[in-house]
Amino acid sequence: MARRGAPAEVNAGSMADIAFLLLIFFLVTTTIETDAGLDRMLPPIEPPTEKPPIIKEKNIFTVNINRNGQLLVEEEITDIRKLREKAMAFLDNGGAPSGSPDYCSYCKGKRLGDSSDSPAKAIISLKNDRETKYSTYITVQNELVGAYNDLRNREAQRLYGRDFTTMEADYLDPETDSNVKDDLKEKVKRIQELFPQKLSEAETDTSN
Amino acid sequence: MSKFAKKKDSGLPAVNTASLPDIVFMLLFFFMTVTVMKDNTLKVENTLPNASETKKLEKKDRVIYIYVGEPTSQYTSKFGKEARIQLNDKFSSPSDVGGYILEERAKKSQDLQNVLTIALKVDKNANMGLISDIKQELRKVNALKVNYTTYDGDAFNNLQ
Repeated sequence: MARRGAPAEVNAGSMADIAFLLLIFFLVTTTIETDAGLDRMLPPIEPPTEKPPIIKEKNIFTVNINRNGQLLVEEEITDIRKLREKAMAFLDNGGAPSGSPDYCSYCKGKRLGDSSDSPAKAIISLKNDRETKYSTYITVQNELVGAYNDLRNREAQRLYGRDFTTMEADYLDPETDSNVKDDLKEKVKRIQELFPQKLSEAETDTSN
Repeated sequence: MSKFAKKKDSGLPAVNTASLPDIVFMLLFFFMTVTVMKDNTLKVENTLPNASETKKLEKKDRVIYIYVGEPTSQYTSKFGKEARIQLNDKFSSPSDVGGYILEERAKKSQDLQNVLTIALKVDKNANMGLISDIKQELRKVNALKVNYTTYDGDAFNNLQ
């Protein structure tokens, strides 16, 4: 039944194929990935007039990384695998005697007189050489953050029966319900106050 | 050839696929709009280190990326083997970082400008000296929230 005169109709049967082809192309090229990493806050540049606060030596946990990736922790050469353990022992020490305002009731450390008074006072100071490899630095950062996370998880388990890290992840997840979020916010904040992350990074040594 | 003779009832009628293109097009448009083409090609080696205590970097619109690593093979003749910073599409020196951050920050909408994160995508073989310089520059422009982007994994794998 060929019609004469009228323009021939374009066959649209292959339209679906073409569209499928494009669809598959975009399906393959799309990457819905989220990056992950270690979050850190840099210290603001303090005005030069301000005097640095006086901190007791025993409240500082020094970590030095040299150019070969060796660690000097509290003036002792330490294996990087022991770092987390040592940092946790320091943070959790709670050396202040009971009755003093710094007394730490939830600490489970050894309460040594020559280690930190309380988690709130404890500061970890990280120093690295200009020649230190970035991967070593990240490992050290990871272990120190891990030490805080382990202690926070312990307290979160005790108080709320779940891990701090999962609580925080839920809190930061944009898909979490706002009611849940409000509830989590307080808990996360409470735990963070129990073990505040005080990780100071000195400027790198220019002298070798 | 009568009009009514050929009514052969041959099982099920074929499913009408006329709307198939429409459905596929709809999906196509969805993926076309969702796809974010990589906006900068990497000119530096970028094997990130591993870490286990990571946090996800949500909300891509409030992230500024800085890449660091040694130039890839096609650029080594020109720029050497020393680790370099890549901002947008070009190699830069640490002193350019501040300006770049301010520029990128100005591009973002007002309410996001204070909650920006700087994602440092640094090759694991880079030296800390360069990173310290970048951090110093970031502090100068008051961009204090940084994220050392890593792969998920055992951090001790970095040491080999």
